[in-house]
Amino acid sequence: MRQTFQDNLSELEQDIFTMGEMVCIATNRAVKALKEQDVEEAKRIKHDDKYINEKRWTIEEKCINLIATQQPVATDLRELIAVLNIITELERMGDYAEGIAKIAIKIGDQPHVKPLIDIPRMAEIAIDMINKTLRSYAERDDKTARLICKQDDEVDELYTQVYRELLAIMIEDPRTITMATYLLWTSHNIERIADRVTNICERIIFLVTGEIEENVSKY
Amino acid sequence: MTSTAKVETKNLNLYYGPNHVLHDVSVQILPNKVTALIGPSGCGKSTLLRCFNRLNDLIVNTKIDGEVLLDGKNIYGNGMDVVDIRRRVGLIFQKPNPFPKSIYDNVTFGLKINGIREKKRIAETVEKSLNDTGLWEEVKDRLNTSALELSGGQQQRLCIARALAIEPEVILMDEPTSALDPAATFKIEELVSQLKKKYTIIIVTHNMQQAGRVSDYTGFLYLGKLIEFGKTNDIFTRPKEKLTENYISGRFG
Amino acid sequence: MDSKVKKRQLQQYIGFGILGACALFVVIILFIILYDIAVKGISTISWSFLSEPPRAGMTEGGILPAIIGTFFVTIITAVFSVPIGVGAAIYLSEYAQEGWLTRWIRASIRNLAGVPSIVYGLFGVALFVNTMSLGASILSAGLTLGLLTLPWIITTAEEAFQTVPKAYREGSLALGATPWQTIRRNVLPYAFPGILTGAILGISRAAGETAPILFTGVAFFLPQLPGSLTDQFMALPYHLYIMSTQHHAIEAVRPLAYGTALVLIILVFLLNLTAIILRYRLRKKYVR
Repeated sequence: MRQTFQDNLSELEQDIFTMGEMVCIATNRAVKALKEQDVEEAKRIKHDDKYINEKRWTIEEKCINLIATQQPVATDLRELIAVLNIITELERMGDYAEGIAKIAIKIGDQPHVKPLIDIPRMAEIAIDMINKTLRSYAERDDKTARLICKQDDEVDELYTQVYRELLAIMIEDPRTITMATYLLWTSHNIERIADRVTNICERIIFLVTGEIEENVSKY
Repeated sequence: MTSTAKVETKNLNLYYGPNHVLHDVSVQILPNKVTALIGPSGCGKSTLLRCFNRLNDLIVNTKIDGEVLLDGKNIYGNGMDVVDIRRRVGLIFQKPNPFPKSIYDNVTFGLKINGIREKKRIAETVEKSLNDTGLWEEVKDRLNTSALELSGGQQQRLCIARALAIEPEVILMDEPTSALDPAATFKIEELVSQLKKKYTIIIVTHNMQQAGRVSDYTGFLYLGKLIEFGKTNDIFTRPKEKLTENYISGRFG
Repeated sequence: MDSKVKKRQLQQYIGFGILGACALFVVIILFIILYDIAVKGISTISWSFLSEPPRAGMTEGGILPAIIGTFFVTIITAVFSVPIGVGAAIYLSEYAQEGWLTRWIRASIRNLAGVPSIVYGLFGVALFVNTMSLGASILSAGLTLGLLTLPWIITTAEEAFQTVPKAYREGSLALGATPWQTIRRNVLPYAFPGILTGAILGISRAAGETAPILFTGVAFFLPQLPGSLTDQFMALPYHLYIMSTQHHAIEAVRPLAYGTALVLIILVFLLNLTAIILRYRLRKKYVR
């Protein structure tokens, strides 16, 4: 029954996967470009963010049309509301990735103040969180969604560690302040990405259970 | 005629005696799309629908000017055979109206009046039409029982099957679910979405949610005038006319 | 209880009471007539009464020629009036546009229905017996009765057509059926029970008529059965009339008259019963 509407909803779900995938790729590429100091790649990443933004508007348009024409209720309504929230989060996450790319451009070929180990590690965890979140969304698995929120704590810890390390470097040699701040921003961006993943998880819990839950890890 | 419209009206005016029912309606109906006509009671939407297969001819004192084009040819023009037009443009009524005959005879009615006697072809058409309307599995063991014994929703799908049997090009639906319960309504709506792959569908409905659900294009009529026509998504999210907005948001009508 | 309500209820009971009494009165009269005829006629009816011609100046014997005569006249009436009546009804109900012609036709039919039956008799003499040279015969009488029945058949058939739901007509036309196909395949079958009932009732009424056949073919007494449609004939209603008013020994043949009346009533009743049964059985097919 209402096969067409169901098809539309599945299509939206696919759109979310695609958009999530785009954000993962953008984050991964940005951190890699920063590490390898590849300015050209960073410029491309900055440019490509517009595709994520476009994707967001397309999905939003579809949601609005479905709400206007299909009178969704109950799960269907939560689904569409969840999608609207998720795409907002994803779009912001895309912006953070773009931010990292911009930092890479600013840094150019100046040497990093410290070897990039923890920052890629943070990015790795954040990307893993996005992937798991997309899977739990696909499977409507609120338990996994709750677990993912815990992973955010790891990212937060790494962020604190990187922050202290960079602070120490700056105190030791104030000439590094600019470069160190760039890296601080980068780690902050990744930390924000992970935070936004938890927001998506909250949406998934809302979608499955109908309950709005504030989650444990707060910034 | 460069237009790609399947059905088109050009400055269509219709009068019932002294009443001017349709004012200068110009609309283009695209092939393989579902077009919904909405508007408050008495806005002329059913009247407009019945212009497309000339069923208004039955009402005395009806006067029409302007054109109704089917594949670019004016169906009110000279030398047009009204019977042929009605074979090409089927109509599903507001209340299911199966004939008081068997299910089988209902579906074959259109074939028989067209002089088709081949047993094999008739049997195939019956199965195909009933299949297309999702009715075959439900009735295949009782094709010879009276159509009046079916439920309302089944009767309406039988009426659609009956129309499909003569392979029309356009299917008109005049509030096809207003006499049905929600479950049967959704079945019919789903059917409409399937049928548009093969047919051009024009549906009149007083239920604008239904228009939203099933149609690709929507036309809003008010007091016999076509106020706004466009993609359903646009009409339902950003109508250009205040009147349309007020109507679809339930502020009048 | 509120006195106003009580008063209204009382009015209600009185109203119903009066109307019910009117209805009861009709039924009582009918039963008195039937009872009277049945009681007085039943003893006369025997196999020989039904199977023998009258004898001894109609003071003895049976009424076979009258039964046969009525039978054939009725058939002629039906064969003549049903097709024409139904045809006219189809035209009026399905084809005719409202206009002066249609109005004129309808007015004619209404007036025709109001013409006294004796006038039909005279008209029958003028048209069938004389002008068309059919003579005083079963044919002339049957056709005359047919004319008498026509308005009734047209009116009832037209009413039967009006009861056909508009949706069936439109549904059929919308499938590309021509008006004639629509009438033949949808309208006529649906209206058929109604038409049939109307026709049978009309004909059964004609079977009991005396005046129209008086000059057009019925005979006072015939020793033999009619041999062809152009022969004169005896008929039950006329026979009854003779036996009860014109006979030279009215008192003596009174039982025979009652017997004849009873046979006529039973015949008419059987026809009506057929109509009711047919209508019931055909309707069941169409209406759930």
